[in-house]
Amino acid sequence: MTVEQIATSRSDVAGGQTAPPTTSKTPAIELKSISKSFGPVKANQNVDLKVLPGTIHGIIGENGAGKSTLMSILYGFYEADSGDIFINGKKQDIRSSKDAISAGIGMVHQHFMLVETFTVLENVMLGAEGGSLLNKSSISARDELLRLSQEYSLAVDPDALIGELPVGLQQRVEILKALYRGAEILILDEPTGVLTPQETEQLFKILDILRSRGVSIILITHKLQEIMAITDRVSVMRAGTMVSERETKDTSKNELAELMVGRKVLLEVTKADATPQETLLEAKEISYRDEDGILRLDNVSLSLRAGEIVGIAGVSGNGQTELLAALSGICPLHQGSITIGDREITPQTPSSAKEIREFGVAHVPEDRHRMGMVTAFDAKEVAIMGYHDDSSYNGTFLMNTKAVENHCRQLMQDYDVRPEDPNLKSANFSGGNQQKLVLAREMDRAPKILLVGQPTRGVDIGAIEFIHKNLIKMRDTGSAILLVSVELEEVLSLSDRIIVMFEGRIVGDVSAKDADACQLGLLMGNAGEEGTGTPSDNAVVTGEVSR
Amino acid sequence: MDDFFLLSLSTLDSTLRLSTPLILCAMAGIFSERSGIIDIGLEGKLLAGAFAAAAMAAYSGSAMLGLIAAIITSISMALLHGFACITHKGNQVVSGLAINILASGLTVTFGIAWFHQGGQTPNLSGDARFSPITFPGAEMIREIPFFGPIYTELLSGHNLLVYVAFLAVPLTWWVLYKTRFGLRLRAVGENPQAVDTAGISVTFLRYRAVICAGILCGIAGAYLSTAHNAAFGREMSAGQGYIALAAMIFGKWRPVPGLLACLLFGFLNALAFRLEGVSVPGIGQIPVQLMQSLPYVLTVILLAGFIGKAIAPKAIGRPYVKER
Repeated sequence: MTVEQIATSRSDVAGGQTAPPTTSKTPAIELKSISKSFGPVKANQNVDLKVLPGTIHGIIGENGAGKSTLMSILYGFYEADSGDIFINGKKQDIRSSKDAISAGIGMVHQHFMLVETFTVLENVMLGAEGGSLLNKSSISARDELLRLSQEYSLAVDPDALIGELPVGLQQRVEILKALYRGAEILILDEPTGVLTPQETEQLFKILDILRSRGVSIILITHKLQEIMAITDRVSVMRAGTMVSERETKDTSKNELAELMVGRKVLLEVTKADATPQETLLEAKEISYRDEDGILRLDNVSLSLRAGEIVGIAGVSGNGQTELLAALSGICPLHQGSITIGDREITPQTPSSAKEIREFGVAHVPEDRHRMGMVTAFDAKEVAIMGYHDDSSYNGTFLMNTKAVENHCRQLMQDYDVRPEDPNLKSANFSGGNQQKLVLAREMDRAPKILLVGQPTRGVDIGAIEFIHKNLIKMRDTGSAILLVSVELEEVLSLSDRIIVMFEGRIVGDVSAKDADACQLGLLMGNAGEEGTGTPSDNAVVTGEVSR
Repeated sequence: MDDFFLLSLSTLDSTLRLSTPLILCAMAGIFSERSGIIDIGLEGKLLAGAFAAAAMAAYSGSAMLGLIAAIITSISMALLHGFACITHKGNQVVSGLAINILASGLTVTFGIAWFHQGGQTPNLSGDARFSPITFPGAEMIREIPFFGPIYTELLSGHNLLVYVAFLAVPLTWWVLYKTRFGLRLRAVGENPQAVDTAGISVTFLRYRAVICAGILCGIAGAYLSTAHNAAFGREMSAGQGYIALAAMIFGKWRPVPGLLACLLFGFLNALAFRLEGVSVPGIGQIPVQLMQSLPYVLTVILLAGFIGKAIAPKAIGRPYVKER
């Protein structure tokens, strides 16, 4: 079942209730004119919000629109500079998470607030132990936890260690934590970022059950299709203000995107069919073990052809990072070979990142802060990293700063990096502009092969559109592109061929034309071929992506 | 054979006495570090406690008052450390080092100013010291073979603080694993954000943890100057705070393994004393210096990799700042 189907069938789960939002009810949450500044940055300006009881209310907006700040204020993590909070019609003074919890608010953070070395039970109890001795309180906590798991169909083993649970279950524990504290209002901050499509469906089913039991839910996301699939109402934030509120059924993705960005956005990626030519890079049965001896790449073979985008799908941590590292010469091979042009790289004849760069392979790493740039450097320095030995940037002894600066300015113009200041510290650019700078550096030399990881992670819709266009343009001029992304949508819309990785192995290799999110999702969770979606599913989901 | 038995007994006996300050400091370190605060200042708190105990005992003639003074002094140093690195989010290693330097300087300065004996305190005697406690019936069963000597020589006859140290281990374990405070303390050392979002104050929790550490270090200090020795001497802690820190890491931040590590270090020290000037068959006389360096050499070797991976509390050393 897809997200869409859940949306349409949710009334069944809710036992016939469709939860029509009526304005006569007292709102579960009402925020009036909330403002919050961090130094000169106005994160929230006079924000109003009403959430009706027993509904799912979506808040959508770009990065930095102020969604998370607003929720942190509601949850008492920050204090608002001005404005009032009403819970069930009563004014509440929420100064700490403790106040929020006692007002019946629970929050599932984007990065889970769990202690990994603790058991599920210990995590659920923490802060709500109910007595100073653990033995006694853990008995009643266990009973309560089991009761909640049953009531809301949230099965989980109370004695499992958090660190050993998959993220989907960890999230479940976060929800149980909130319910255990008696939350009637649940805030979820970007809950699907770390989930597989199947886990996302599971989560939406859970949210549906919660709604049917009268829990009011705020769902923060930047994914339009999630808003459309599960929410009753949606509020759009832009640049710290609430720009609009809609009934979900009366709006569309295009309208929401336009409200978010403030201008018309092309959600679809338009591209011609690929015309793959000669093979530029070929990896044969490569394997790699990390320092702990864990097999991260297991017999991976793939080839990249000119004029083709190969997408790698998979839940993060299944070897994609290592694949990029191996192909770009950062980590050694323990088996197999990589052929680029005439050069054959094997464990006996290893290469280096520098040599591979010289073959015309450019690499945009997944984690731009860790590998793509040095945030303490100026933009102009970031713009030549990896190519800094190039004679055009260097004088006899000193660096030719003038040339470096001009080069950077040119890149900034071509790739729309803002502000256009080569001397600004790179940490001071927004995530999207940092990413554009890194992409500009790697793409500007028209590499024969481009390895790109998470090109749009933490990047605004507007910038995503720009990056996608440029990737397609590069393909059309005859480059081979390897795209790694945890955003399935992105892989589906850009790739010509899709490879699915699971635990370091390639578990699927399909033409993008034949692929659909459901089938890929199953492969990503290594559920194999059985249970793939029906044709109508495919139509819905792929249509979803390109519409 | 009988001689050997008695010799072993007396070596073990001094192992207990030499381990006592290590155990107390290691438990102190566990409280602090499990909450995420690096406690390199164990040494300084130990030294300051030792001085305070000796000074107070010399002034009042009461070992108990000395103990209380030691605890208060050590807690104040712990609070200073807390103020620097919890409230003001300073670097915990630097702050801890500052505590050590401060203690080393202040004890001597006050010592000279108050007692005019080159930094020493007057010799303590009678009630100004913790005296050995003889267990009931110790004399009676001395003659019973094997168990008699163990009871009389090894278990009985130590001063109060030795027993306190050994009780501190199960107590630490109980607090950490069986109480709400312990659960929260362990959580805050792993993921302070989880604690904060659960509605618990990270700051208050960490302060309470360093206060626990202060209490235990104070007891250890009092032991050094008013129980094990009979006066305070310059730098009398002689790096035992660091050894305790090593033992705590060796014990992977857990009470019972920490105790065993302390006993090992104490035993090596006792052995060094015992073998001083003794001719070992086949080797001859072992230089005293070599024996005395043994615990330190062993510390380096053990910490360099013989203990497997010691996984520290995840949030250790990181001041808690709400992310923006």
